[in-house]
Amino acid sequence: MGKKITIEPVTRVEGHGKVTIHLDNDNNFERSRLHIVEFRGFEKFIQGRPYWEAPVTVQRLCGICPVSHHLAAAKAMDVIVGAGTGDGLTPTGEKMRRLMHYGQVFQSHVLHFFHLASPDLLFGIDGDPAIRNVIGIAKMHKDLAVQAVMMRKYGQEIIKVTAGKKIHGTGAIPGGINKHLSLKEKMSLLDGKDPMNADKMIEWSLGGLEFFKNFHKANKDLIDNFAAFPSKHLSLVRKDGALDLYHGVIRAIDADGKKILNDVDSQDYLEHIAEEVKSWSYMKFPYLRKYGPKDGWYRVGPLSRMNTAEFIPSPLAQKEFEIFKAYTNGKPNHSSMHYHWARLIEILHCAEMMKDLLNDPDLMEGELVTKGTKSYEGVGLLEAPRGTLFHHYRINKDDQITMANLIVSTTNNNMPMNLAVESATKQFISGQDKITEGMLNAVEVSIRAYDPCLSCATHAIGKLPLQVKLYDSKNNLIDKRTKD
Amino acid sequence: MKDKFKITIDGVELTANQGETILKVASDNGIYIPVLCAYEGLKPQASCRVCSVKVNGRTMTACTTTASPGMKIENDTPEINELRKIIVETMFVAGNHFCPTCEKSGDCELQALAYRLKMDVPRFPYSFSNKEIDASNPKLMIDHNRCIKCKRCARGIKTEDGKDLFAFKNRGDRILISIDKELAKNISDKKAQEAMDICPVGAILRKERGFINPIGTRKYDNNPIGNNIEKLKEI
Repeated sequence: MGKKITIEPVTRVEGHGKVTIHLDNDNNFERSRLHIVEFRGFEKFIQGRPYWEAPVTVQRLCGICPVSHHLAAAKAMDVIVGAGTGDGLTPTGEKMRRLMHYGQVFQSHVLHFFHLASPDLLFGIDGDPAIRNVIGIAKMHKDLAVQAVMMRKYGQEIIKVTAGKKIHGTGAIPGGINKHLSLKEKMSLLDGKDPMNADKMIEWSLGGLEFFKNFHKANKDLIDNFAAFPSKHLSLVRKDGALDLYHGVIRAIDADGKKILNDVDSQDYLEHIAEEVKSWSYMKFPYLRKYGPKDGWYRVGPLSRMNTAEFIPSPLAQKEFEIFKAYTNGKPNHSSMHYHWARLIEILHCAEMMKDLLNDPDLMEGELVTKGTKSYEGVGLLEAPRGTLFHHYRINKDDQITMANLIVSTTNNNMPMNLAVESATKQFISGQDKITEGMLNAVEVSIRAYDPCLSCATHAIGKLPLQVKLYDSKNNLIDKRTKD
Repeated sequence: MKDKFKITIDGVELTANQGETILKVASDNGIYIPVLCAYEGLKPQASCRVCSVKVNGRTMTACTTTASPGMKIENDTPEINELRKIIVETMFVAGNHFCPTCEKSGDCELQALAYRLKMDVPRFPYSFSNKEIDASNPKLMIDHNRCIKCKRCARGIKTEDGKDLFAFKNRGDRILISIDKELAKNISDKKAQEAMDICPVGAILRKERGFINPIGTRKYDNNPIGNNIEKLKEI
């Protein structure tokens, strides 16, 4: 055994995790692991509760993208109340939920890119940690910071008018939605006072993309090669191959782009996906059954969605999608840092979709809920901001939940994040005599690209809660760094 | 006129009628005294103690104490409100009340009272007692985790032909509400709604209708509990 470095907690991600890096006596890479050290227990304590409570209860998993859990659970409950498997709702029901979801993805992506990730780009991976944070952005890039705050606010307002409140609403109920959009709500967001209107959000989304593309031009090596590795990719796509964040069939491709899961019905996910448990993390390791736990891992999230989808059904985002695809000559894109690019394209897509939906009269009138023949098992899948989200429930004849299985987006990216950590460690730390703060931030940057939601938001301002300890082969502490 | 006489509540002189409870006199004059076990049309039983007031210096329950000439009543005072807050806090710790996921949130009298009394967090340890859920009836679900043992259901809900739908066993803090399973099979939706409405908390729920009222339209979303009584004063 050589040296062991621990990064705990990992900062500027949502939730609590730690990284351990093992080096040999010459500081060469031996192995690294991303440990998720939280235990939540939702799958257990939802048992016995009535099924209609699940969309409201389970969303409490998260304060950043609760809407994703709210909707995935509601979609599973749609199946239970006989309202179809994703496309059986009334137009009002489906469209209100879609608007809620686009608002959610929009604000979550904005939060991640501008608040959490952009400090690494604007100040450099090894920039001064005292300014390499959102306060630094606010001081030195005021326009960008204001945009980020207002875009996030806009997304939250969309959630409020569809779900009832900005965080942990109750809008989606089994079989539909519990409210219409009022004219006042519609006009406040479609044509609100500058900047709170749909057109401004589209304009700023385009601005965000331009910012990234310019940065990319100047920093090609970092963006293209940092923590890049080939992998399989998985996401939902609409039946015609379009990007669809709310509903679709499961598609997976291999590293060359060949379809290896060919548009599978979401209700059948369990036939194709299994999870492995490892003793050193509370987060499971999902894999495609036919390739086994060793080779069956895959990536999810914005990058994967760009890889699996054939087109984006909104014109401005489609144009950007074409540029994105052309960059890798139509082949799958495996660069971890291109997650940011893909995320920005999705921000634009969400902005366009929100505008379309706000103009749609179906949101203001029509039946809210539909029900059919009841069943006792339901699966709800959704493309959450961080990737494919699986909710699966069984109920008894008395309407109580007897089983819940949740595979959250970040769980799907467990193995990829571990590989990204390994890649960054090899690139920045392996063989170095002295470990610097910048080198350790590089490891965090590789994780951050995946926007992992380890449960709730945290951010590094002031005394950074990052401790790194370096041990020799006899486990004696030889170096210690604390960001403060 | 000899049936009428004067009392004061928090120094305000009010006219009371012979035989009326302090609660009735207060309500008729636009003064809110919080209640949980009391319910319009039911004989008061003074079990929850939330309506406690000071009458000539002694603590009494407003729902059962008949007003008499010259009574000096303290109601909205820091001392009384603190006492009420303690009572509400004990209810929260005795059961398992998780407002964020309860479908009665926004319509719940216990929650609304906690807000009104500015309860932040209970000062007492939670019991975390293991309570059962009876979901075996087709239209109603009983969640014993949330029952505050007010017995409003047992006292107030009868089937169309006059039979008791609810009963209770044991006494004190071991009171357990039960539903007549045979009668429950055939109740109307209207009766099921009545049962849900009479429950001040989320212990009696109509099945398969959770969260049907959007946030913003619930009973206490826009008006605090007691506001309907206090509005009388403004008129």
